[in-house]
Amino acid sequence: MILLAFILLPILGAFVAWLSAAVNRSLPRWVALLVMLAGLVLSAGLWWQVQDDVYFIGDHWLETYELPWMPRFGISFSLALDGLSLLMLVLTFFLGALSVMVSWNEIKERVGFFHFNLLFVLGGIAGVFLTMDLFLFYFFWEVMLIPMYFLIGIWGHGNRIYAAFKFFLFTQAGGLLMLLSILGLYFIHASATGTYTFSYFTLLNTPMAVETGRWLMLGFLVAFIVKLPAFPFHTWLPDAHTEAPTAGSVILAGLLLKTGAYGILRFVIPLFPEASQFFAPWIMLLGAIGILYGGKLAYAQTDFKRLVAYTSVSHMGFVLVGAFAFNALAYQGVVMQMITHGISTGALFMIAGSLYERLHTRELEQMGGLWPALPKMGVVTMVFVMASLGLPGLGNFIAEFLILAGSWQAAPWITIAATIGLVVATVYSLRIMQKVFFGVSQREYKLPDLSLREMLMMVPLIIAIIWLGVYPQPVINVAGRAMPSVAIHSTK
Amino acid sequence: MSVSDLLSLLPLLIISGAAVIAILLVAIRRNHRVMHAFTVFAFICALAALYFQPYAVPYVIAPLFVVDAFALFNTGLILLAGLSVLFLSYSYFEQREERKEEYYILLLLATVGGMVLVISQHFISLFLGLETMSISLYGLIAYLRARERSDEAGIKYLLLAALSSAFLLFGMALVYAESGKMDFTGIGAYLEGIHTAPVAVVAGFGLMVIGVGFKLGIVPFHMWAPDIYEGAPLPVAAYIATVSKGSMLVLLMRFYRDINGYEYTILWWVFAIIAMASMFAGNWLALMQQNVKRLLAYSSIAHMGYILIAFLAGQEAGQEAVIFYLVAYVITSIGAFGVLALMSDEKNDAENLQDFSGLFWRQPWLAAIFTGMLLSLAGIPLTAGFIGKFYVVAAGVDAELWLLLILLVINSVIGLFYYIRLVAIMFQPLPGPAVRKRMPFFGIFALSALMGLLLWLGVYPSGLIAVIRDMMLTMG
Repeated sequence: MILLAFILLPILGAFVAWLSAAVNRSLPRWVALLVMLAGLVLSAGLWWQVQDDVYFIGDHWLETYELPWMPRFGISFSLALDGLSLLMLVLTFFLGALSVMVSWNEIKERVGFFHFNLLFVLGGIAGVFLTMDLFLFYFFWEVMLIPMYFLIGIWGHGNRIYAAFKFFLFTQAGGLLMLLSILGLYFIHASATGTYTFSYFTLLNTPMAVETGRWLMLGFLVAFIVKLPAFPFHTWLPDAHTEAPTAGSVILAGLLLKTGAYGILRFVIPLFPEASQFFAPWIMLLGAIGILYGGKLAYAQTDFKRLVAYTSVSHMGFVLVGAFAFNALAYQGVVMQMITHGISTGALFMIAGSLYERLHTRELEQMGGLWPALPKMGVVTMVFVMASLGLPGLGNFIAEFLILAGSWQAAPWITIAATIGLVVATVYSLRIMQKVFFGVSQREYKLPDLSLREMLMMVPLIIAIIWLGVYPQPVINVAGRAMPSVAIHSTK
Repeated sequence: MSVSDLLSLLPLLIISGAAVIAILLVAIRRNHRVMHAFTVFAFICALAALYFQPYAVPYVIAPLFVVDAFALFNTGLILLAGLSVLFLSYSYFEQREERKEEYYILLLLATVGGMVLVISQHFISLFLGLETMSISLYGLIAYLRARERSDEAGIKYLLLAALSSAFLLFGMALVYAESGKMDFTGIGAYLEGIHTAPVAVVAGFGLMVIGVGFKLGIVPFHMWAPDIYEGAPLPVAAYIATVSKGSMLVLLMRFYRDINGYEYTILWWVFAIIAMASMFAGNWLALMQQNVKRLLAYSSIAHMGYILIAFLAGQEAGQEAVIFYLVAYVITSIGAFGVLALMSDEKNDAENLQDFSGLFWRQPWLAAIFTGMLLSLAGIPLTAGFIGKFYVVAAGVDAELWLLLILLVINSVIGLFYYIRLVAIMFQPLPGPAVRKRMPFFGIFALSALMGLLLWLGVYPSGLIAVIRDMMLTMG
């Protein structure tokens, strides 16, 4: 039941927030914040309990929930939670609460509808992380697109309509190919065993021809690497991230990209172990290209948000490299990377938003010398820039180190290329600091430093990223329990 | 004819009788309100009569008609579609200058034609139904004859429909000349008895495809659709898009099944090519369209292409998918045209993209309904269109029509572009303060009901799926 609550809470909250706008203009903000905090408390509480292994059901599933939905097709409303989903849920509600807070002053128009969309997209994301029925997965996968489209298209910056279109069309095209693959798998399973079902657990060991498996796997893979995004499907990302309002960028970078990574770990590798092995070198190569190419493009940007957007392409390349290295070390690294990237990039987008509120520009060339004016913001930025370049002691270092250590065993040359990516990361990350906070300022007016609200957002992020860098064991423990079905499964 | 024959045709008789009474009503005294109320009453009576029909056994009224679950279901669909169109018509015609009463007579007659089509199993009843519907449609399309594009549309439809009827008639004659049969099952038996079909029969089927293709508005017989949608009064356009196309589709399904059409690969390929061409032409031409009516016309061409894929998939799943998609399509089309109709004022129909600019901030509920309808056309979850598209794709995967499915995916993405472009326009910020227009109660009521149905089928389609499945099983 608690799993249903994780999805229903944001979706019902979305309607409440919309309706409450009629009563009071700032009420939707409070509703949204409360809903997100409640979700955060629930999911964190669940995590706390799991530490004592109380909630073990069956193999490694902590919780399951099932309701029949469309028996004609063997579709059920089936939810399940394991370590991976749990971590993603915590991240969803954590970043969800922050994205409500970050919009507090930024969104002034149509507040009710904004928070409706915000909560709806978060509900869809929670659904994606929880569902264990492939039809339902596709359903949530698509459901989260529409509100995101509105978030970008209505509250975005200048070129928002173009960005929203591009985002929508890219992900939809990938999604439809995935639908074909899901249905292909469904009918192959039916013809082999006689049962028509979309249940993940049943489809896991579908016997199929090698050739067919590869085609089906590619259908899934396309959907996920468009979302991830991996080179060469990354072109929607800089536009969408740049034009979206800050909360939209945070959710896009922090959560939507993670649904792609999650899909690879949850569906592609376990459902098609043979095909994954077969394509692994090529996919890892794509990952390595993404790391270097994304880093290079990030360095060339003059727009703060665009720069951060391209760093996502680079960082998500590590996920691809790690996921297809097929060993425990790399797998733990991937899970860590999903979380730490969500936190560090989310934080950088929030900083970009705060700067934009003060300077009304995102151009790096027009910034510079802001440290004396904004010392607190400078410190915060420094922390996350260091996280982004992989400084030891911060979470991203652990993630990337684990991935590289793991993938070395699988593909040394690709690992070398990926490691060079760390150098590139250092260059573009330091450039942010250099351009924004160092140098000489031409400004003659005073700028307000971080407000209490902004401090309330930034401090938890800093604590989280340092905690993950110093003591990542709790995360690795929880994720480790999900692993047998994923990483080890395919190494046999 | 026995009493039970008449009873099984009761809904049809009610609507036919209502048409006659309606003519008398006009003769006594012209009153728009009374006329509208009477027509609504007739439709509700017909629906009630339908409800009390015995459901299970196919009832044959030799040689023309067969009343089975399939026919009953589609009769219900036609009546409900007609009723929704009626609800949207009143305010639309009330604010226009012409005499309004004859519209309802023509609408009743066209509905009679559609209802005959879905129960016919014989060339004669097919042609009677088709012509009854077409002739009423000529009048309906050109009804607002003072408007500039109305005559053009009416004449265009008249000429093309007459031409296509001639093709159909000639095709039927050729088939009859060779086989000596006019009932569908008889033709099926004849075809099974011979090894290779004679040239005349092949030519006959070819000509019939032209006649049917015209009514369905599929490529290459689609040219009329945008002009007629643009020129016809909006409720009539909704009617053509749903009842006229739907009843023809149902007839095609019955005919195809009775003659075992799935066994003839040539026929299969003809329809496959038509499906591909319809998807591409429809979506491609809609892509940059500035006129919303024409956009909906092209989109309906593309949707007929999607339906044909399910149709070609054959088997149970394919036929179920066709019917489910048809239901979703009927709801969505009437909804979309209904929004246009409610937004129109005395002078102009709301048809340009600019008319929709910022609609969400002027008329939130109307815009929400239109968004729902467009997203359903695009096949986005939570709407009936999504389940419909899923059903079609599932049927296609089951029949392994990979080429058609890949094309469907490509086309869905193209289609998505112009649907969400329209949505984006509705969400544009308003230049000035919002001026709210008062909306007629019945129109909003009908649209809200359609929206409710759309969401209900999108979230919980099991009920409808079960009904369709039972129906297909009894059809045998």
